Amino acid sequence: MIFQDYVFYVLAAILVFAGLRVITARNPVHAALYLVLAFFTAAGIWLLLEAEFLAIALVMVYVGAVMVLFLFVVMMLDINLEQLRSNFRAAIAPALIVGGLIFAEMVMILGGKKFGELTPTVHGADYSNTAALGELLYTDYVLPFEIAAVVLLVAIVAAIALTLRRRANAKRIDPADQIRVKRADRIRMVNMPVEKDAPAEGEPT
Amino acid sequence: MMADLLNTLQQFFGPLWPVVWGLAKIIAIIAPLMIGVAYLTLAERKVIGFMQVRIGPNRVGYFGLLQPIADGVKLLFKEIILPTAANKFLFLLAPVLVFAPALAAWAVIPFDLELVLADIDAGLLYILAMTSVGVYGVIIAGWASNSKYAFLGSLRSAAQIVSYEIAMGFALVGVLMCANSLNLGQIVQGQAGGFWNWYFIPLFPLFIVYFISAVAETNRAPFDVAEGESEIVAGFHVEYSGMAFAVFFLAEYANMILVATLAATMFLGGWQPPLDIKPFTLLPGFLWLALKICVMLFFVIWLRATFPRYRYDQIMRLGWKVLIPVTLVWIVVIGAMMQTRWAYLFH
Repeated sequence: MIFQDYVFYVLAAILVFAGLRVITARNPVHAALYLVLAFFTAAGIWLLLEAEFLAIALVMVYVGAVMVLFLFVVMMLDINLEQLRSNFRAAIAPALIVGGLIFAEMVMILGGKKFGELTPTVHGADYSNTAALGELLYTDYVLPFEIAAVVLLVAIVAAIALTLRRRANAKRIDPADQIRVKRADRIRMVNMPVEKDAPAEGEPT
Repeated sequence: MMADLLNTLQQFFGPLWPVVWGLAKIIAIIAPLMIGVAYLTLAERKVIGFMQVRIGPNRVGYFGLLQPIADGVKLLFKEIILPTAANKFLFLLAPVLVFAPALAAWAVIPFDLELVLADIDAGLLYILAMTSVGVYGVIIAGWASNSKYAFLGSLRSAAQIVSYEIAMGFALVGVLMCANSLNLGQIVQGQAGGFWNWYFIPLFPLFIVYFISAVAETNRAPFDVAEGESEIVAGFHVEYSGMAFAVFFLAEYANMILVATLAATMFLGGWQPPLDIKPFTLLPGFLWLALKICVMLFFVIWLRATFPRYRYDQIMRLGWKVLIPVTLVWIVVIGAMMQTRWAYLFH
């Protein structure tokens, strides 16, 4: 066994463990953190396959952004564990069917004859995976790529438009107004003599 | 002589040699970094002291030079208090998770021609990935402490880091467009030949955006609402004491040095001397890099002494409505200019 194999088995063991803990951990925050660990380990396995761009993008996008927001939500929600577990019996049958289907699909892909033929070509040290991917995305696949980007943009705008509720009594500050404020708008200089002449004798004060 | 010594050592360790040699190189980076972190704390107190017409620490050692060591020893001997309702494992894991990415990112920083721990092609992406992992320590620290103030601080910090990461990433996109590479070594070599070739001139708006978002990313004043001692006591690390607290501070200062190094590498020519002629080239590259890092760090400290803290909504507005549009516009400008006869300005 070469060194890479050892690394793979260690990473794979961690990945399987983390994946199992995602569904068995009692605390949702722990489950989310195990999912982070799973993503991170998967990125390590992708690095072994020389897919360094995908591996780092996985860490950046899923670990660095998506899971942070996910953790946010899980931490802020007041999740009742008992209620969450109460309909376990009702959910077990559909869950088993879905799980079985996914398992069968995986076996069909991984056990197929074609899969063994897809051994990745080994590149030299000067080959840049990132550059190759970028070139393909912006030449051969530029239209699908741009369409995917537009679809994502529409989804973002729609999500914001659906959830944005303008409150009638909201107090908003316009930062431009705040910046435009001059000293004269806020301060009035008043000339007040420190000492007054003493009132003359006999004069009513 | 050096080669002989290395050969003898290599034979002594046998198959373990790559591990030993790798560790030695890592220590050669981390040890000066730790000393830098220790003396950055002193430098900050001294610089701010002088800016406020005070003297700063001057009791321990000559000119206060032993102050960081005294502080470190004091924190080491303090008790680490575990809150009763805290999640113990995550509570202790959080400082590690803040600190580790700040150190891991150093693997791809070039200190001179060929003087880099890992010369990988996707170095810039690796750095972005590592700095984005650092936010977990902050979130976990806030949640595991089981305290309102800590949780509020971690929420603020996480939202701030996630927002400013985008501006920072876009600013670096400009650099990789100019350098035509994600490899930090090649980015530095793209700026060879004198200071007028450094990227901060054609990419000046991006340089400013990068600097502001770097200050925000490291939770430094004026963007330190995550700590906000006047509102939420000390933010995410309010429940930490002793060395666990010190690790958060080490991480903050290590991150400051890291973003200053990145600014120096991406925009200020890295280890390249400002003029490629005799008196300047005599100084070795890593000293030039250190000098540029010190200049950037001085600016960060100067900011803290000058500006009051931003309000939280103003931070979010600055990040999303000012910095990100500026970077997007400048990326388009770079792309358009590269198609004209002024392309040489952008290399």
